[in-house]
Amino acid sequence: MRLSISTNTGEPIFRQIVGQVSRMVYRGQLRVGDELSSVRVLAEELGVNPNTVARAYQELVQGGLLESRPGRGFFVGERRNTFSDEERARRLDAAVESFLQEAAFLGTPASEIKAALNSKLKSTL
Amino acid sequence: MAETVIETDGLTKFFGGRCVVDELDLSIERGSIFGFLGRNGAGKSTTIRLLLGLLEPTRGSSRMLGTDSRALAPRDRARIGYLPEGHHVYGWMSVEECGRFQRSFYRHWNDDIFRAVLSHFRLDRRNKSGNLSRGQRAGLCLAMVLAPEPELLVLDDPALGLDPVARRSLIQSMLFVTRKADRTILFSSHMLSDVERVADEIAVLDCGTLRAHCRLETFRRQVRQITLRHRGGTLELPALPGLLQTFRSEGEVSLTVANLDPASEEALRALPGVSFEEEPMGLEEAFIGYVGERGEKSFFTTDLKGIK
Repeated sequence: MRLSISTNTGEPIFRQIVGQVSRMVYRGQLRVGDELSSVRVLAEELGVNPNTVARAYQELVQGGLLESRPGRGFFVGERRNTFSDEERARRLDAAVESFLQEAAFLGTPASEIKAALNSKLKSTL
Repeated sequence: MAETVIETDGLTKFFGGRCVVDELDLSIERGSIFGFLGRNGAGKSTTIRLLLGLLEPTRGSSRMLGTDSRALAPRDRARIGYLPEGHHVYGWMSVEECGRFQRSFYRHWNDDIFRAVLSHFRLDRRNKSGNLSRGQRAGLCLAMVLAPEPELLVLDDPALGLDPVARRSLIQSMLFVTRKADRTILFSSHMLSDVERVADEIAVLDCGTLRAHCRLETFRRQVRQITLRHRGGTLELPALPGLLQTFRSEGEVSLTVANLDPASEEALRALPGVSFEEEPMGLEEAFIGYVGERGEKSFFTTDLKGIK
């Protein structure tokens, strides 16, 4: 598992870990049943506070990406939806809204927005 | 209820007529990694020396592991590791001899740790310590301070003068120490990226006064950067308590604020014809915004005691 943390980006470290692990699961670099590095090991490898890693793992468990097996560690879980359909739709809508706002601010035409979204979809998901 | 391992009570120090540490109230819990921040001359090293009983306070007091700093006995000191600023070593001794010398002062000494830290910093024990690079010297000092396995570790600017690789080794050594849950580290630093990586809690000292004492996340959340975009002309702003910096450019006003209250935020959001956007801030920018130069300083020192 290769993660990289940058400081002073404005994005809290735990969120960087959550984002990177999520992407690895989406891309299939981490598969269902794979075990993650322990909190200690990952913290020392990345040179970050173990509480930060623990918090990120906790968030990933709540989001349904990881399973915590007490005494054994953290594993990639079967994808399950922890949010209701309405909640998922609401969150997606909020994310799309802020994305479009930024694009509008940059003056990007709709065709470019669609092309950028499609190419990102192909490369990440 | 967690145990408090470092506690100060109105701790004050004057050098002549100059107040260097002003009425400091700090408490640090067992098991935490505590980052002590401040600009040069803010009083960090003086505070650390007061904590260790190396300086007499003018007023107030402090306790380390439950004992008054002025009454620390050798058996208390054996539980405390102190790395003074500057990574001093006796240059005529070899690395091995430095270790042996240090060891003679301690009842307990874990030689495995001593050797592990040396090898982590790629040090040869036969080298003369006077010929070491800054990073290696830091490694040697760290090995000497860690080998007695202190419960409480006080590091005065351990990252000073280190390159990024040596700093990473330093961080890893710190994390190694706190593998045991009862170990506490207090470290001062200018390297905010290091602090952002490892600290649970921080204290910000400015001109001898404690300006913040809170969890790292809280500090980052409370110092905010807001950009207001408007249609040119001069935007009139409502009075904002906690305003740190204002930066105006064409059609845009950028604000750095601490502890923005909901009513003021509402007032900003309600400004007609203005878009309200928030930029995420790293610890470094938040710190510079918080203790950087500005005109209205006296106003804020009273106002900003609030980040707790």
